[in-house]
Amino acid sequence: MRAPSATDIAAGEVILAVENVSLGFGGVKALTDVSFDIRKGEVRAIIGPNGAGKTSMLNCINGFYHPTEGRITFKGKTRPKMRPHEAAAGGIARTFQNVALFKGMSTLDNIMAGRTLKMNRSFFWQILRHGPAMDEEIEHRKFVEEIIDFLEIQHIRKVPVGKLPYGLQKRVELGRALAMQPDVLLLDEPMAGMNLEEKEDMCRFILDVSNQYGTTIALIEHDMGVVMDLSDRVVVLEYGRKIADGTPDEVKRDQRVIDAYLGVAH
Amino acid sequence: MTDATISAREAKPLPKWAVVTGSIVAVVIAIVLANAAGLMPKGTLLHGALIKPFVDMVDLPDLFVQTIWEGFVGGVLYALIALGFVLIFKASGVFNFAQGIMVVFAGLTLVGVYEKFASFGFTGMIAAYLAVVVALGVMFLLAVAVERVVLRPLVNQPDIILFMATFGLTYLLIGLGETIYGGSAKVMIADQLGLPKGAIDFDILGGRVTLQKLDIAAAVIAVAMIAVLAFFFQYTRIGRALRAVADSHKAALSVGISLNQIWIIVWFTAGIVALITGIMWGARSDVSFGLQTIALKALPVLILGGFTSVPGAIVGGLIIGIGEKIGEFYWGPLFGNGIESWLAYVIALAFLMFRPQGLFGDKIIERI
Repeated sequence: MRAPSATDIAAGEVILAVENVSLGFGGVKALTDVSFDIRKGEVRAIIGPNGAGKTSMLNCINGFYHPTEGRITFKGKTRPKMRPHEAAAGGIARTFQNVALFKGMSTLDNIMAGRTLKMNRSFFWQILRHGPAMDEEIEHRKFVEEIIDFLEIQHIRKVPVGKLPYGLQKRVELGRALAMQPDVLLLDEPMAGMNLEEKEDMCRFILDVSNQYGTTIALIEHDMGVVMDLSDRVVVLEYGRKIADGTPDEVKRDQRVIDAYLGVAH
Repeated sequence: MTDATISAREAKPLPKWAVVTGSIVAVVIAIVLANAAGLMPKGTLLHGALIKPFVDMVDLPDLFVQTIWEGFVGGVLYALIALGFVLIFKASGVFNFAQGIMVVFAGLTLVGVYEKFASFGFTGMIAAYLAVVVALGVMFLLAVAVERVVLRPLVNQPDIILFMATFGLTYLLIGLGETIYGGSAKVMIADQLGLPKGAIDFDILGGRVTLQKLDIAAAVIAVAMIAVLAFFFQYTRIGRALRAVADSHKAALSVGISLNQIWIIVWFTAGIVALITGIMWGARSDVSFGLQTIALKALPVLILGGFTSVPGAIVGGLIIGIGEKIGEFYWGPLFGNGIESWLAYVIALAFLMFRPQGLFGDKIIERI
């Protein structure tokens, strides 16, 4: 599959729309009246200074939080209170800022866990581990092995992930999200805490996912170089409000964005 | 690699198992030599502790076999209880203090329902198994209620809070059980369930070893159940989901695992285990609230086997059960008997010194 070009995306259908979303925790307002959309096949970056509400936004999208106001429409359906596992069933996968893996389980089992929703043989067959359930297990195992090859983590597939270095843990987490074959992939700071080489690897994987599988990706990132290289469009948040939205070049020249990042002289 | 690192590698200390076995062998040799040298005359404390028990074991092998068998059966039953704990611990990281009372509650429900049937003149095996089905239904409702009322509001709370919640559950179940079924002990409907009675005698080793048929049945049922559960946990989608939930709630949610569904499955499974345990323990003594204290015996079993391991629960149960019986029978007289009540904890403590995570527990992994 070929990568969708910029014009494709400009014309592309909206897969996820965020409309006037606000989120408050008691007196604290994490998000105020934020609207943007994500189009099919694009890489959409969400950037902003610390505490701007980026992760809160992601949490709203995958159902960990429910917006206090506004609505989120995914694949044409608006649900007022979508629960996380429903979001997952609908095709939203994500990774976490500070890695949430199943530490005691091997890399293979972690990624297999991503297939949970795709496996639907009944309880009965599973207990027997025979017949259809066995075929199913093998079929999914094949798919998972492909992901392992793709992410170049063959050498650690039997290692409990708690023992792995941080960079590899992030990669396994990406693998688990990919195993879900999501329509939209949410990445919360996939490059955080990595060295240059690991960052380059991760960039390559993200681009490959986008190009080969046409997966729609929304990512939060701090490294501006990465954001500018990877993303098709960027939305900028500051103090829970949207201050800019557009292509990387447009955003880069926006005075409010420059102020937010570099500070303004008072 | 520098020379220094190579020599550091060569100077590796002996593996732990070698040290342990080595010292045990050395101690045994020392004792045998000391005895041969006449340092431990009959009747002294040292002789009673170090020589006499072993001489007895060799002289009366049939008694020794009988002791081991009794320990084995006790161990299997401990393992059953420990299994209930392990299931819930694996899937929610919570030590379920209420497991003991769940055993009693399940047993009481079974007997209570059967008595109700009997009062309508409906008795016999069909009635007994119908009562089992009803009791399973009650345990399922309990699982749903626990998930709704206790676990769901406490998602993402620290484990200690969930642990305290299971204390609350314990007292709730005690109160509920006494209100519905009364506080008096009940007789388990073992005959009606078709559990075997009587004993088989073996004339071996110049003596007689007696095996209760009920004990044999208990061992067979426990082993079968344990095998199924171990398998289920390791290799199925739901087993993987259970382990995933135990490790990280939010990660599990993000891959589409429904915590609610998993928790109901786990608590229901623990309820089934509780019912079977209740039947087996109840058939050996009776079903009373006193039975819940056997849950405390599961603690050393868990410490020994590791909180997260199904095979650990079994091996731990057997070590504690057999160790307890042998200790009581051969060393008990030295302490004026009655050491069974605390020996289990001592055994567990001794193991902890060498393996803090238990024999089969997951190695504690924490990157700093």
